[in-house]
Amino acid sequence: MRFMLLFSRQGKLRLQKWYLATSDKERKKMVRELMQVVLARKPKMCSFLEWRDLKVVYKRYASLYFCCAIEGQDNELITLELIHRYVELLDKYFGSVCELDIIFNFEKAYFILDEFLMGGDVQDTSKKSVLKAIEQADLLQEEDESPRSVLEEHAPAASPPPPCCPRRGWALQHSLSPPLASRFLSLHPRLQERGDRAA
Amino acid sequence: MSDIVEKTLTALPGLFLQNQAGGGPAAAKAPFSSRLGGLVRSITALTSKHEEEKLIQQELSSLKATVSAPTTTLKMMKECMVRLMYCEMLGYDASFGYIHAIKLAQQGNLLEKRVGYLAVSLFLHESHELLLLLVNTVVKDLQSTNLIEVCMALTIVSQIFPREMIPAVLPLIEDKLQHSKEIIRRKAVLALYKFHLIAPNQVQHIHVKFRKALCDRDVGVMAASLHIYFRMIKENSSGYKDLTGSFVTILKQVVGGKLPVDFNYHSVPAPWLQIQLLRILGLLGKDDQRTSELMYDVLDESLRRAELNHNVTYAILFECVHTVYSIYPKSELLEKAAKCIGKFVLSPKINLKYLGLKALTYVIQQDPTLALQHQMTIIECLDHPDPIIKRETLELLYRITNTQNVTVIVQKMLDYLHQSKEEYIIVNLVGKIAELAEKYAPDNAWFIQTMNAVFSVGGDVIHPDIPNNFLRLLAEGFDDEAEDQQLRLYAVQSYLTLLDVENVFYPQRFLQVMSWVLGEYSYLLDKEMTEEVITKLYRLLMSDSISSETKAWLIAAVTKLTPQAHSSNIVEKLIQEFTVSLDTCMRQHAFELKHLHENMELMKSLLPVDKSCEDMMVDASLSFLDGFVAEGLSQGAAPYKPHHQRQEEKLSQEKGLNFEPYGLSFSSSGFTGRQSPAGISLGSDVSGNSADTGLKETSSLKLEGIKKLWGKEGYLPKKENKTGDETEAPVPQETTIMENVDQAVTKKDQSQVLTQTKEEKEKQLLASSLFVGLGSESSVNLITEQPECCLSITEAENTKIFQYSVQMEKPFMQGNLCGFVNYQTVDTLSAQLEFSVNLSLLDFIRPLKISTEDFGKLWLTFANDVKQNVKMSDSQAALPSTLETLEQKLRLHVVDIIGNEGLLACQLLPSTPCLVHCRVYADILALWFRSSCSTLPDYLLYQCQKVIEGS
Repeated sequence: MRFMLLFSRQGKLRLQKWYLATSDKERKKMVRELMQVVLARKPKMCSFLEWRDLKVVYKRYASLYFCCAIEGQDNELITLELIHRYVELLDKYFGSVCELDIIFNFEKAYFILDEFLMGGDVQDTSKKSVLKAIEQADLLQEEDESPRSVLEEHAPAASPPPPCCPRRGWALQHSLSPPLASRFLSLHPRLQERGDRAA
Repeated sequence: MSDIVEKTLTALPGLFLQNQAGGGPAAAKAPFSSRLGGLVRSITALTSKHEEEKLIQQELSSLKATVSAPTTTLKMMKECMVRLMYCEMLGYDASFGYIHAIKLAQQGNLLEKRVGYLAVSLFLHESHELLLLLVNTVVKDLQSTNLIEVCMALTIVSQIFPREMIPAVLPLIEDKLQHSKEIIRRKAVLALYKFHLIAPNQVQHIHVKFRKALCDRDVGVMAASLHIYFRMIKENSSGYKDLTGSFVTILKQVVGGKLPVDFNYHSVPAPWLQIQLLRILGLLGKDDQRTSELMYDVLDESLRRAELNHNVTYAILFECVHTVYSIYPKSELLEKAAKCIGKFVLSPKINLKYLGLKALTYVIQQDPTLALQHQMTIIECLDHPDPIIKRETLELLYRITNTQNVTVIVQKMLDYLHQSKEEYIIVNLVGKIAELAEKYAPDNAWFIQTMNAVFSVGGDVIHPDIPNNFLRLLAEGFDDEAEDQQLRLYAVQSYLTLLDVENVFYPQRFLQVMSWVLGEYSYLLDKEMTEEVITKLYRLLMSDSISSETKAWLIAAVTKLTPQAHSSNIVEKLIQEFTVSLDTCMRQHAFELKHLHENMELMKSLLPVDKSCEDMMVDASLSFLDGFVAEGLSQGAAPYKPHHQRQEEKLSQEKGLNFEPYGLSFSSSGFTGRQSPAGISLGSDVSGNSADTGLKETSSLKLEGIKKLWGKEGYLPKKENKTGDETEAPVPQETTIMENVDQAVTKKDQSQVLTQTKEEKEKQLLASSLFVGLGSESSVNLITEQPECCLSITEAENTKIFQYSVQMEKPFMQGNLCGFVNYQTVDTLSAQLEFSVNLSLLDFIRPLKISTEDFGKLWLTFANDVKQNVKMSDSQAALPSTLETLEQKLRLHVVDIIGNEGLLACQLLPSTPCLVHCRVYADILALWFRSSCSTLPDYLLYQCQKVIEGS
């Protein structure tokens, strides 16, 4: 894989991971162009794109686009599943993940990605062991200090579930089910709500 | 006290923002760590980009103060890093924090280190200079007893690590391959994989350890090692054939569900692992029957097992089909794979349909009937609302184009092109259209019009080969001269019509093509028309939208037409206009035109009509300057010494250092001494193209009945048909089967026609025009240039001889001629014998027996020359013995030896001569090659060097 991008429907970048040395300028250009292309696509269209000399595989989860660039001979469908597995991991970790979780805890999203993919290739396909590795590192945090993420403070639902907690949310069904759509709500209304609660 | 002040100060912007966002006083109490939350909130509350910029700049300057303050704790630093990462993600520059990210990774406790490493991996790239500062930290962490620290170090190594520092960590990572924890072993393998990608020679010595990783008891470690094996096998599949059995066994176990349930993904066992293994098997079994046989069973099982209606099983199926078609074919498997492709193509899910089209594109050359089976689906996809599907369909059609369906397919491509805006797509598609048009054009009018579309849509982004090839095709023509003239005339007329249209701007490249064609071939029009053409060119020249490069083409065309025109009013006007031009290049052209215009006779002989393909006789020795030189000499000027002679003298004077390149660098040094082929600047400017094409013409050979191994670009690899020769021409039995299928399909179609609506009928019509000629005979269509010969039945122990000749079209170092013989024995068993012969340039070189006088004459006529000094060993210092060696080894003919100079001659069959002049200077042999062919001297020089330095 060459790179992975997460961006919102409004064209805001939420996460970017580059697996091939690319200059800063080139990155910005590619992100801008690719976002434009992907955002212009209609919902029923194919999830694969040929873009420049790359193949782009993208999938929209509610308000958030997950987008991977792969090389010519790579398998598009399995890349689509790779995105889904990553979403599942996020969902399990955050417990019904939504775009806000990824905005406010983007570093966590990176940690999970690094544990799942290494150098652009699948490192660990076992969901259990990925989360185990993350939780091990997180445990240190709890010894170290009290929870600090804004979500953990204000929204108890967003705290990480205990390891053996049954999965909730949309990732249970494989194909995109309606509950999923409600998870990654567009930013503004939810944010407002949380802001009010915080106040 | 100062601490508190500092904190308050840095918190101020945050406070301000929180208030703005409606957060109220609660924000003041919020811990330092929730600043990111505040930042995010205030950003989303903003309405304009400008406000955002202001806010972030504020934020960044406060961060800058915080990170550089000595009182900032690591914990605060960690929080700052998170915010810096956020700002960078939004596209703002936070480079002042990079060094602090490295410091945090170095000094922090585990949590801080984790953020530090993450920041480093996001901020820096592989060749960033600051990355060197991280090496020590990584080394330290790799040696740590804490597993998490080791994991972090391995993760960062696999993401960004300076290539030149690999040796510093390599032994530590190698040790980790024996670590007791599988997570460490796995990450170590992946880190080494990364090293293999960026510096393969540094990890060569650990290949044995990779094998151990492949046999690791942990599935994760084994799966990780497959990444490395995939790369290595891709580079050199023959070295790993012995592992085929192991890969097959692993795949069998995975498919059979022997792995822990953990590795299941939606109840499919380890799909990523399966796909990786299938890809490896595909590489190993390619063109290798014996290896392929080992995997038939497991592939069959994979196809059978993947029945669940789920995306991930389709992913495995797709890979499986790919593998089945990559390896040595087995008909049962191919049948099953073809069925799978059908499932994809007919699927209502758009992603699967796309992949179905892709698979069809891939297998179409091996099995054209598959396209016939799905023709109606393909037609539907052509009008699909999703451009990606359309494009993939066009790609498929491109592969099945032949003379009968070319017009329909190209029309579809042009339609797509008109809607598309992305440059990459345009360049790609335009190239394909041009290729198809050149190959399959049904008539002149269509060809020219299609190329017009290519040039106008493709604009100036098209590949420069396209206009060049087009012009060459026009100039060289085909076999029928009358037909060629018609084509050229049609081109001229069509361009004149295009230039008549008002207010249309054509791309520069297109105008250049037009001006060349008009310059060369306007003579085919009525005599009275010439002036009109010149007028049009003049009007273009005066236009503002023309680049200076195009202007040079235009003025060259005018120059060519001037001798043919009756009156020269416009030419004079043009000369007047441009002799005062500020563009020096244009001014030179104008002056040249002016002087030539004054001497019509010279102009006519210099710019002959329709001679672009013929060699211009140029006096390369510049003998017309002899008088001038003699005059100079008589006035005491020093005689001219050529560059190589001066160099030699310099060499013989200072023996200390040898600045000559060694060995193989013939190409670079070869061209340095070359003189311009045309003595006068005008000649080379105006008819630069003509000189080029002329050379091509004389050196082009007939290749009738020979499989095309060498093309215009040199050796043609067998890229068109991925599985190689044996599938190119199906054995006769198969052909008849395909024919039957074909007929069955058409019969079925006919029976359906009755119930079809009008729209469907149109589609059918389109289908029949697209898929025409695709049936049984198309397998022959695809292999042009393939000589086929049937020998009559041969009696036992008799011999029949069958001969073809091969000629070298363009000089080439090494080539390979391969083919196969199909035969049937009495008991009707059909068999195939493959053969391949390596050919080198020397196989086509023969001595050229000429006299010294002829040598002298020929020498002057050749424009391509190459000079090089070769150092001789002591034993061969005598000229005669060296020449004898060359005569024996390279089949050169020794024409004459005069003192310390020798003359050699040879020819590249059938008749491309090359002359060699050599001269001994101490232990240096100065070689000077001249030939009518531009590349032959280089290749011969290389051979001579090999002989002289090798003996």
